Amino acid sequence: MVEIGRGAEAVITREGDTVTKWRRPKGYRLPALDRKIRRERTVMEARIISEARRCGVPTPVVLDVTRFELTMEYIEGVKLKDVIDLDLSRRLGELVGRLHGCGIIHGDLTTSNMILKGDRLCLIDFGLASHDQSIEAQGVDLHVFFQTVKSTQDLHESLAEAFKEGYTSTYAQAGAVLKRVEEIEARGRYL
Amino acid sequence: MNVLGLEGTAWNLSAALVDEDDVVVEENAIYVPARGGIHPREAAQHHAEHMLPVVKAVLDMAEDEDLSIDGVAFSQGPGLGPCLRTVATAARALSLRYGVPLMGVNHCVAHIEVGKWKTGARDPVILYVSGGNSQVLALRRGRYRIFGETLDISVGNALDKFARRAGLPHPGGPKIEEMAREADEYVPLPYVVKGMDFSFTGLSTAAAEALRKHDLTDVCSSLQETAFAMLVEVTERAMAHAEKNEVLLAGGVGANRRLQEMLDIMCDERGARFYVPERRFMGDNGSMIAYTGLLMQKSGVEISLAESKVRPGYRTDEVEVVWV
Repeated sequence: MVEIGRGAEAVITREGDTVTKWRRPKGYRLPALDRKIRRERTVMEARIISEARRCGVPTPVVLDVTRFELTMEYIEGVKLKDVIDLDLSRRLGELVGRLHGCGIIHGDLTTSNMILKGDRLCLIDFGLASHDQSIEAQGVDLHVFFQTVKSTQDLHESLAEAFKEGYTSTYAQAGAVLKRVEEIEARGRYL
Repeated sequence: MNVLGLEGTAWNLSAALVDEDDVVVEENAIYVPARGGIHPREAAQHHAEHMLPVVKAVLDMAEDEDLSIDGVAFSQGPGLGPCLRTVATAARALSLRYGVPLMGVNHCVAHIEVGKWKTGARDPVILYVSGGNSQVLALRRGRYRIFGETLDISVGNALDKFARRAGLPHPGGPKIEEMAREADEYVPLPYVVKGMDFSFTGLSTAAAEALRKHDLTDVCSSLQETAFAMLVEVTERAMAHAEKNEVLLAGGVGANRRLQEMLDIMCDERGARFYVPERRFMGDNGSMIAYTGLLMQKSGVEISLAESKVRPGYRTDEVEVVWV
């Protein structure tokens, strides 16, 4: 068993073709709150990963779920963060469009949570995912993505445009969501 | 080089003189609302009334010590429009009177710069939490980029709103912190983190509702625990994503000991360093404006009178940080 990743909230270990994601306890949280967050996220993540795949969004196959641990298929590839270009951004938009069409919110659409395996783009880390069909929730989901791209990529404007193109091609309500994204951006400011 | 700075975006009118090494003098006049929260026009009237004595105290001191005034800086935004205009007017007059450059400072950037100055943090992820703002930031390609922020109200505002409903005085934070120390039970409240962003309205309302069934002390503690856990989680997420190994806490809510403790534990578990400035540099203060003005002036970032219009919605990531 080898540790292959240590994110902000979980430790990911690999054993052959499987990975196990263990949500670490956080010493800064009250134990009661800590257990609640870790348990809820583990269960929700397993459920949503499977649902997303049924909606045509490539995700890892879930093999086992315990209280704070999730065992899944290992996906060998590179993080989108390191290889993103216009074409990939557009394809990502298509996947997110499908996801939203199924009423799933990813909740953490950063480019570290997308893996390119060969020619297949795969979404991982559904740790903050939820069911929500509202334009608002979908808008926030996209806002998170645009925000990350803006803070980490030089070509953020054209990447965002390509993403929007893909998103619009697979999701009928895309126009309303993208409009909401602009409103969300204008909110959360002073006053 | 000595720069005079004026802060007055909201509750505190503050003037300070700083040089490269330290604060020479700072004078404050704090606006305390008769009841409820900050009233923008009343706050502006307060600032106008106290402008002369506050500025004069600083200038008298400079004169006594035979110090020159080499530049004037003021908080140009973000903040309450009427307050900003009052301060900007005074700053323009002072810059003309001394015939020295005028610097329009972004209030949020000033919180960050004074924190770095006073703690020695080099390249931190910044958690900036106050009555008006809640943001997680880090320097990238010459700007303090916003990695995460509130989707609705600031954490300070959420604490204040709850405090009003619980019958606690304004500002709510210190009183809630005090009550929370007596708590012995955790009351589950909505924990809302969406990727890198957080939301506080639902939490504040749910906490007020919980008062019907639970002790005030327990609700105060659970509100803090939930809100701060959200902030710390996003801060940690930003560190992982931006690959930074330091955290700097800024803003008035940062004075909360429990929040400091939680960030400290998080940094400890990651092997990162945690920096908290002295309390006087956490809330709004004139020194942070003066110091940021000094950095700007040394880098040649001055503004003309025509460019000195206030900017109530001034975003942190609009500022080109050329002095780092």
